[in-house]
Formats: sequence, C-alpha cells, structure tokens
Amino acid sequence: MSRIFPVEKYQKDFLLKLLRDMVLIRRVEEKAGQMYGLQKIGGFCHLYIGQEAVATGSIAAIDLTKDYVLTTYRDHGHALVCGMDPGVLMAELFGKVTGCAKGKGGSMHLFDVENHMYGGHGIVGSHIPLATGVALKIKYKEEDGVVLCYFGDGAIHQGAFHESLNMAKIWNLPIVYICENNQYGMGTNYQRVSSVHDFYIMSNSYGIPGKQVDGMNVLEVYEETKKAVKQAREEGLPSFLEIKTYRYRGHSMSDPAKYRTREELEEYRQQDPILLLKNAMVEKNIITEEEYKKIDDECKVIANQAVEFAEKSEEPPLESLYEDVLA
Amino acid sequence: MPIITYREALRSAMDEEMARDENVILLGEEVGQYDGAYKVSQGLLDKYGPKRVIDTPITEEGFTGVGIGAAMAGLRPIVEWMTFNFSIMALDQVINNAAKMRYMSGGQFKVPIVFRGPNGPAEYLAAQHSQALQTLFVHIPGLKVVAPATPYDAKGLLKSAIRDDNPVVFLEGELMYAWKGEVPEEEYLIPIGKADIKRQGSDVTIITYSKPLRIVEQAAQELEKQGIQAEIVDLRSLRPLDQETIFNSVKKTNRCVIVDESWPMVSVASHVGWMVSKFCFDYLDAPVELVTSEDVPMPYNHKLELAAQPSVEKVINAVKKVLYI
Repeated sequence: MSRIFPVEKYQKDFLLKLLRDMVLIRRVEEKAGQMYGLQKIGGFCHLYIGQEAVATGSIAAIDLTKDYVLTTYRDHGHALVCGMDPGVLMAELFGKVTGCAKGKGGSMHLFDVENHMYGGHGIVGSHIPLATGVALKIKYKEEDGVVLCYFGDGAIHQGAFHESLNMAKIWNLPIVYICENNQYGMGTNYQRVSSVHDFYIMSNSYGIPGKQVDGMNVLEVYEETKKAVKQAREEGLPSFLEIKTYRYRGHSMSDPAKYRTREELEEYRQQDPILLLKNAMVEKNIITEEEYKKIDDECKVIANQAVEFAEKSEEPPLESLYEDVLA
Repeated sequence: MPIITYREALRSAMDEEMARDENVILLGEEVGQYDGAYKVSQGLLDKYGPKRVIDTPITEEGFTGVGIGAAMAGLRPIVEWMTFNFSIMALDQVINNAAKMRYMSGGQFKVPIVFRGPNGPAEYLAAQHSQALQTLFVHIPGLKVVAPATPYDAKGLLKSAIRDDNPVVFLEGELMYAWKGEVPEEEYLIPIGKADIKRQGSDVTIITYSKPLRIVEQAAQELEKQGIQAEIVDLRSLRPLDQETIFNSVKKTNRCVIVDESWPMVSVASHVGWMVSKFCFDYLDAPVELVTSEDVPMPYNHKLELAAQPSVEKVINAVKKVLYI
C-alpha cells in the first residue's frame, strides 16, 4: 500500500508529539506484556501494540478540556494519550492503590475523569450507548464538546452500536464513532462473521457519513478525525470512521494467535505506524535517527519508572473492598 | 389532605423535581407526545418541552445506556421503561454499567439515574407481560431498589430517588396507577431504606411491599374479625433493606409471614425469610411462611392467572399456619 506522509505541512513539535505518544504507548505496552509474563499483572490484559496510530492521531484532533473519550478494554493507549500518568496506569495494572481506580478496575477499566477519559469498558459494544449519552449531555448543556467513541470490529454487530447510531442521528449528537478494525474479534477474522466487509458503509443506513481510514498512517487518522470532529462541533452531527489497523499481539496475553499466519503479521510489521512516521520525518530532515533513538530511550526510561512506581506502591487496604459501591 | 392517584403522585414528583433542577430529564418510549403509555408523564412535554421530555425509539438497551452515560457526565435522567418486562433488553446497561461504574473507576463517577416503570402482573397479559422482576435488580450491589405501594410513598420516594447520586430502580405497578390516597400539598421526601409499619398488630408480622399490600390489608381486616391482630411491615425499599424495622416487629409478634408477588426461588421473600429465621431465631414461635406467586410463567386465562398470584385467602391461610390454627 502506498502511503502519503506530507510531514512538511506540520509543525515539528506536533509531529514530535505524535511520534513520542506512539513510542510511549509501544514501550509501556511492551513493559506491561513483560510484567504479565512475570505474573505482576493478572487476568485479562489486551495490548495496543500495532494500533498506536489510532488513539494517537485521533485524540490529537480533540481538546480534552471540553471533549470526551470512551473506549473498550484495549484502553492503555487511549489513557496514555489522554494524559494518564504511566506510573498510575501501570499501578492500576498491578492492582495497586495508587492506580487510577485504586486497584479496583485493572487493565480493562482505566478511568481518568479529570482528563475526560471515561473508560475502559469490558463488555463488547456496551459503552457505545454511554458515549452517546455523554454526547446528549453536551448537546443538552449547549456545550462545545465532542465525544470520541472507540470500539473494535467485534462490536459492530452488537445491537448497542446500531441503536446508538440511530439515536445519535435523530437527536443530532456531537459524536464520532470510531471502529478500530484490527481484523480479529478475539480469534475470528471479521470477514468470517460480517455480511459486509467494509464497515464504513454501515453508518449510511442511519444517515451518518462513514469513511474508511488507514490506521497505520497517524497523519491520515488525525486529518480524518479532525474533519469529523469539526462537523460534530460546528454542525452537531455524528459521523463514523472505520480505521483499519492491526494488533501484533494476541487478543489478550493468553492468546497465542494461531488463527493467523506469520507472513500476515510480518506484512503488517513492515507497515509499522511508528516507523512509517519516523521514516517520513527522517527523509524530510525533520529529525535524525539519533534524535529518534533519544525519544525511544526516554520512553523506555518512563516505562521502567512506571514499573518501579507500581512495584513500590501499596496494595489497597482490605477495608476498601466495601468502598465506592455507592456514592 | 388532597386525595390523588398513584399515577398523579408520580407525575407530581417528577414535575417538582424537574422544576427544581434543570439537570433532571425524562426519556423513554411514548413519554412525550403520547403523554406516557400509562399517562404517568402526562403534561410534562407541554411544560418542559422536547429537550427535557425525550421520546425514544423502541431501543431499551440503547436509551437506557444513553441515560447512564448522561448521568456519568452530570445530568440526572429519569429513564421510563414502558414496563419492566422490556427492561430485560436493558439489563446489561443496568448491571454492567450503572451498577459498576463507580466501583470499577475507584469512585471517580456518580451515576444519578432513576429507572422506573410498571413491574409485576396486571391482568390478561400472559407470560411475557406479567413478570415481577425485582429479584434481578435487588441481587446487584451498586443499585438501590424501591417499591412504594401508596401514592404518598410513591411521591416521597420518587423525589428522593431523583435526588439520589446512585442508580435507583423504581418499581411501580400498572394496576396501582389508579389507586388513590392522601398526599399533602406541601413538599416532603421519604428516605430510601426505611420500611413503614402500615398497620400495628401484636399477633403476627406480615411483611410485604408494592402491589400485594392491598391484599395483605384486606387479609388483616378479615383476620381482625377472627380476633387476630396482624402487623403489616411495608418494606418500601428492597435495597437497602430496613432490617431494624423487620426484626423489631417480628421480635414483638414472634410470628412472620412474607408476601411477595414474584416467584419463590431466590427472591426478596426468601432472603427476608432467611434473615428473620437467622436473626430472630430465638423469638420465633413458628417457622416463617412465604406467600409468593406460583413457580410458573403467567397464564392468560383469568382464573388461572389469579390462582398463580398471592391472594387474600392464601395470606389468611399462611397466617393461620404460623398461629397453628
């Protein structure tokens, strides 16, 4: 696939931020994977490696002082780009009291209400109506905000998706629905279980424009999200983006991903979203390989420090078991 | 004191709370232009407009979730389910989202929302439209569940539910909407979690809630003619449960019958029965008796559907059993 990376159109700082956000996600996720192997993290742990450009490019197009993000259980990348401290994130994965949810949510339930990161939701598709409700609140309060609602290809056949799009359209809600099509709903290729293979056309059934976006190209993700956000903010209209991406790891840490070939994985690794942006920036003399190495080293240090913070943090006290059931 | 219907009491609670707090909105099927499937929301669209009284598509999972998301972001929605039978379509939203959001976010969110509508059987509606589903909600930590039986309780509890910062499941009854009772004109609130002694008595405690209160009151009148003084404990709130009022009554009368229109297995009745048996063990002069619906889906035929539910006769028989007469 030929891709266009018009890096010369952007400020260097902006490009560096995109690059750095993606590298940080990659390094934190690799660390999370390692810590899972060491049994420091338990349960389900869904890594975002390979999909970094989606959260990075799209969240770069919003303003979290007034906009909102809701996503699935594959939420580490979104939380980091929304501004969650990597140490707080890692502590949550470790189940420590210093985690964002005091150790009660874990990997699948990252929340950062201050930064308008509204989860971290574990039931496939179930948060799509919630995101639609946040958009209803924005409209009701006559605010200027927009909601980005992320979900995987597996969620597209849930009733909650279809019910939500219908309501978003009849009430003209400022929301962008983003399907991160990483091509596998757990171990099932989306083409095996979908009556149509291009999901972006589905929103047309509800009178909502849909567009397919290259999820390995962070600049394309940014530009397309920016257009959709503008439409939501200025005209109060919902839209739908199908962002084609790929996860390098299994569905969760326990999944050896035997349902796909090495060749397929290698093909996508050749289109790595981080390397594609980095190479384009190097080619146009925006950064040097050495500068990139420095960014990468810094992110590795941050990931290590996150683990140290999590390790040193306390377990939640037993009495917290009964706290926060009710307000 | 003015006498109004249960329906009017609910409407007046919503009206007062919508006037008091602009974050309160009402959404559901037919709540606006149609004035409510059971006319509970009659007139509210005219008064508050379509921005605050929102007609939804037939999309229970969807609009219930929309309400929960809006509550997370600061509104105080009232979600009307046309009946609780349709709430089953929305159970994922209530159980996985409304009830869990505060806990799994480490206390970052409040979910101030009310889910309300008619629960339990009416008449001639057959299996899918005649279900008393409270057990499904009472089972879930993170929810409050309220089931008022009189217009006075309905108004005071609905106002409290709307002001509560937690998800509150509010159980009404189709046949109860026309019930009348005294409701003061001045504002009042009834706290969630307090049972009410609807009748004082010394010989037996009858614990009930919601629609069966009527047959329990009729049974108590019949029993009085036979010299038996029944005390009626109306739970009003199912989660949290007012254990103190229950236990104090049973400790006084030493005998306990529980009347519940839902099915017998793993029910409010069976749970309260266990609690009384355990915590009032030394005070009981007879095993606790339960009067519930029969353990069958609801039939259409009227004779059969009446036989499936608690009745005055069944309550009297249960009372006589715990009195050994």
